[in-house]
Amino acid sequence: MNRLILLATTFFFLVSFKPDGGYKVGDVATDFKLLNVTGSMISLGDNKVAQGFIVVFTCNHCPFSVKYEDRINELNKKYATKGYPVVAINSNDVLQYDEDSYDNMIIRAKEKNFSFPYLHDETQAVAKSYGATRTPHVYIVQKEKDNLIVKYIGAIDDNADDAAAVKHKYVENAVDALLAAKPVNPDFTKAIGCSIKWKK
Amino acid sequence: MSAFILNFIFLFLPAEPVQEVTLEQLQARVIQQNNDTLYVVNFWATWCKPCVAELPYFETAAAQFKTQKVKVLLVSLDFIRDKQKLDKFVVERTIKNEVVLLNAGNPNVWIDKIEPEWGGAIPATLLYRNGEKLFFREGEFEQTELDSLIQTKLN
Repeated sequence: MNRLILLATTFFFLVSFKPDGGYKVGDVATDFKLLNVTGSMISLGDNKVAQGFIVVFTCNHCPFSVKYEDRINELNKKYATKGYPVVAINSNDVLQYDEDSYDNMIIRAKEKNFSFPYLHDETQAVAKSYGATRTPHVYIVQKEKDNLIVKYIGAIDDNADDAAAVKHKYVENAVDALLAAKPVNPDFTKAIGCSIKWKK
Repeated sequence: MSAFILNFIFLFLPAEPVQEVTLEQLQARVIQQNNDTLYVVNFWATWCKPCVAELPYFETAAAQFKTQKVKVLLVSLDFIRDKQKLDKFVVERTIKNEVVLLNAGNPNVWIDKIEPEWGGAIPATLLYRNGEKLFFREGEFEQTELDSLIQTKLN
């Protein structure tokens, strides 16, 4: 009987256990090596002077990502020189969205004058390890000794549709806090977005 | 005479044009209902391809369960400024399920009020009955999956 209960509880925990949804704030993020639109391979570790990075999972096709293109460019312009450059990553399955192909990434980066690396996560391994689920989805990481520590996960701001109507600039708020050596608050936010299209 | 003209106009309006609702109105409509009806609430948008792809499944399911206490509500997360585009989409696709346009402000505030496990990607689907949340999924459905889910919750 006891064994049966044990079995039942084990089963309960097995079915109710949710797979690890990637990083949480405070976790150590692993570095990656991905193909940039310039044709070169990029790792976060290549940039020795940065204090951290604004990692943005985004893509070409998603209307929410498109709405944020200029704002992501502005973020890089504002914070790269302060030590927090933007690194954008497209992880979408190309078979489902041709618009998100590497060639189309190159075109978009040129059209919009992306001032930051736009990397192709072809295997989707980086999105999976980070736990990115939608576009845009931001992870701010800070260098601590040899580690990259996740300091913020979430939205760029509180109004995708209208940059002029934004009340809370979550990412700016987070980087400003890191630059001032203050706690990030909020360090986790949500937004509506396109789901990342996983390979079938 | 004016009544005649009004009737004439109403005759050519779609039966249920898309209503704009606040979060509180949405909650009052489906989540806080106490009438044994199974509410199937699908969050979608015209710009979301996988959402648009699964809309026919929700139409078919609603037709299939029409004799039972099932109500499908399609909650659009289109930008408010795109309301006309949404209205046109609903009329052109002859969507029979009721469509509402959610105008709830900051997603970081309202997403958690719908479902704490929801990251914000769409499509997302929830089932409610008598004020109780019976199901949540962030992701797409196939027809058979949706049908059997509704059937299971009706049993």
